[in-house]
Amino acid sequence: MKKEFKIISELIENNTRVLDVGCGDGTLMKYLKDKKNVDTRGLEISKKNVQDCTSKGLSVIEGNAEKDLHQFPSLSFDYVILSQTLQAFYNPEKVINDLLRVANKAIVTIPNFGHWKVRIHLLLKGTMPVTETLPNEWYNTPNLHMCTIKDFFNFCFKKKIELYKSIALNGEKTSTINIGNINIKNLSSELGVFLIKK
Amino acid sequence: MNTKENIKKIIVKKPLKLDCGKTIENYPLAYETYGTLNKKKDNAILVFHALSGDQFVSGTNPITNKSGWWSYAVGPDKAIDTNKFFVICVNVIGGCMGSYGPSSIDPKTNKTVGTNFPVITINDMINAQYNLLKFFEIDKLFSVTGGSMGGMQVLQFVANFPNKTKTAIPIACTASHSAQNIALNELGRQAIMADKNWNNGNYFNTGSSPNNGLAVARMAAHITYLSKKSLEDKFGRKLQERDNLKFSFDADFQIESYLRHQGNAFVDRFDANSYLYITRAMDYFDLTKQYNKNLSNAFKDSKTKFFIISFTSDWLYPTSENKEIVIALNAAGADVGFIEITSDKGHDSFLLDVPDFLSSVRNFLEANY
Repeated sequence: MKKEFKIISELIENNTRVLDVGCGDGTLMKYLKDKKNVDTRGLEISKKNVQDCTSKGLSVIEGNAEKDLHQFPSLSFDYVILSQTLQAFYNPEKVINDLLRVANKAIVTIPNFGHWKVRIHLLLKGTMPVTETLPNEWYNTPNLHMCTIKDFFNFCFKKKIELYKSIALNGEKTSTINIGNINIKNLSSELGVFLIKK
Repeated sequence: MNTKENIKKIIVKKPLKLDCGKTIENYPLAYETYGTLNKKKDNAILVFHALSGDQFVSGTNPITNKSGWWSYAVGPDKAIDTNKFFVICVNVIGGCMGSYGPSSIDPKTNKTVGTNFPVITINDMINAQYNLLKFFEIDKLFSVTGGSMGGMQVLQFVANFPNKTKTAIPIACTASHSAQNIALNELGRQAIMADKNWNNGNYFNTGSSPNNGLAVARMAAHITYLSKKSLEDKFGRKLQERDNLKFSFDADFQIESYLRHQGNAFVDRFDANSYLYITRAMDYFDLTKQYNKNLSNAFKDSKTKFFIISFTSDWLYPTSENKEIVIALNAAGADVGFIEITSDKGHDSFLLDVPDFLSSVRNFLEANY
């Protein structure tokens, strides 16, 4: 299991109810279910992934976060997870609000557009950055609203969203993000993992 | 029709109060089973048939000598694997394959029941079928499943008996029959009732049945089970055994010939009065209304794990209506998965060889057994 999922699972308490939005093939859900006795549900856009999840015994609904989150009652989960998909929505702010309506806490991870490789790519090559965490070209990327760790940090302050935990991930290395080191973490991290609450 | 005497039946002695207010008792329920019930009795799957189906799910239907209606899905090594599971299917009350219905003989008068048969509902069908669990001494089913009206029965079953099945797979169905569904059923009923041989339902001793009306009803309904694309792919404007149009009302087009064949084949195995009663039961189905206009209430006491399946080209019970069930289940905090299968084959997809559909059913059952 990838490091990002390990960090996320450490943020989740045992015996809780979790909704994984964009749950992919269900790797994280299965882990949470088996190792932490978590009651999991998933929302996933790809039929192939829904099939994979079903054969793992996971309850996953085929759907799109922007259209289908409304069907979940308020505070019906302890946690909701959104892994690396916030940037692909038409209206990320609305999705965040919906996540924080559905669950008490949300765990949001974002590929960091402020990472130095991305900055250097744009600065030196003058073309839209293509990296390991951002593998698509500008014309076929699903990403509509790229942001940096600092952008997300500022967004939470502005919208009065509590940042419970902010973790920077660079390769296998993790570190805590705070106001004091935000500029350096924004430069050195490939991924940001945030535990947020309204 | 022949050899109906050999159909397996139980006689239900316990009175059943129907939604219409009448009570029935000592009535027959015809059923068939596939596979073997294990010692723990935890491998039973109750399959519900649709409007034109019967208890002969798989193998060869002994009455029609044709393949069972769900042969693609049910059988040894199939999606619903009868090497592993014990499959039970019961002919619904109101049906015409051995269960109590309008073509039954009333022992008091020795005449066919006809339109003296009470108007029944999906709820009545389920309450009657529940007796099979007692008959087989099954405390809890592993699963209940069915498509179309079979799916409606799945929903009603869980609503009535919240913890009598571990899992449930409603397929291509709805929680509430729409105006369009009712309209299409009414078209079929009017075709039957407009046939003078229908004779207000008393046609059994007249020597002639409302076959034309029933055939037209079936033709109209059959169109609704297909999609525009499947009709286009299969028939297009191809002509039937001729090179040119005949300038007549013969079946010039293959689609016409096909529909006529579907209509004629249907009357050999189905009773016109049963068609009226079962379509009525479907039209009356409104689980949302049954539960004070909140469908979630139907499932609030259930721990059953649901897996709901719809098809992209099904315009009779479209994905949107299936999703309403998903939403209601979510609102009730129930355990639910959902997938929309890509298929051009319309509502009939659940009866056909649609690999993604069949593998979904198989994966769900195996992962939860």
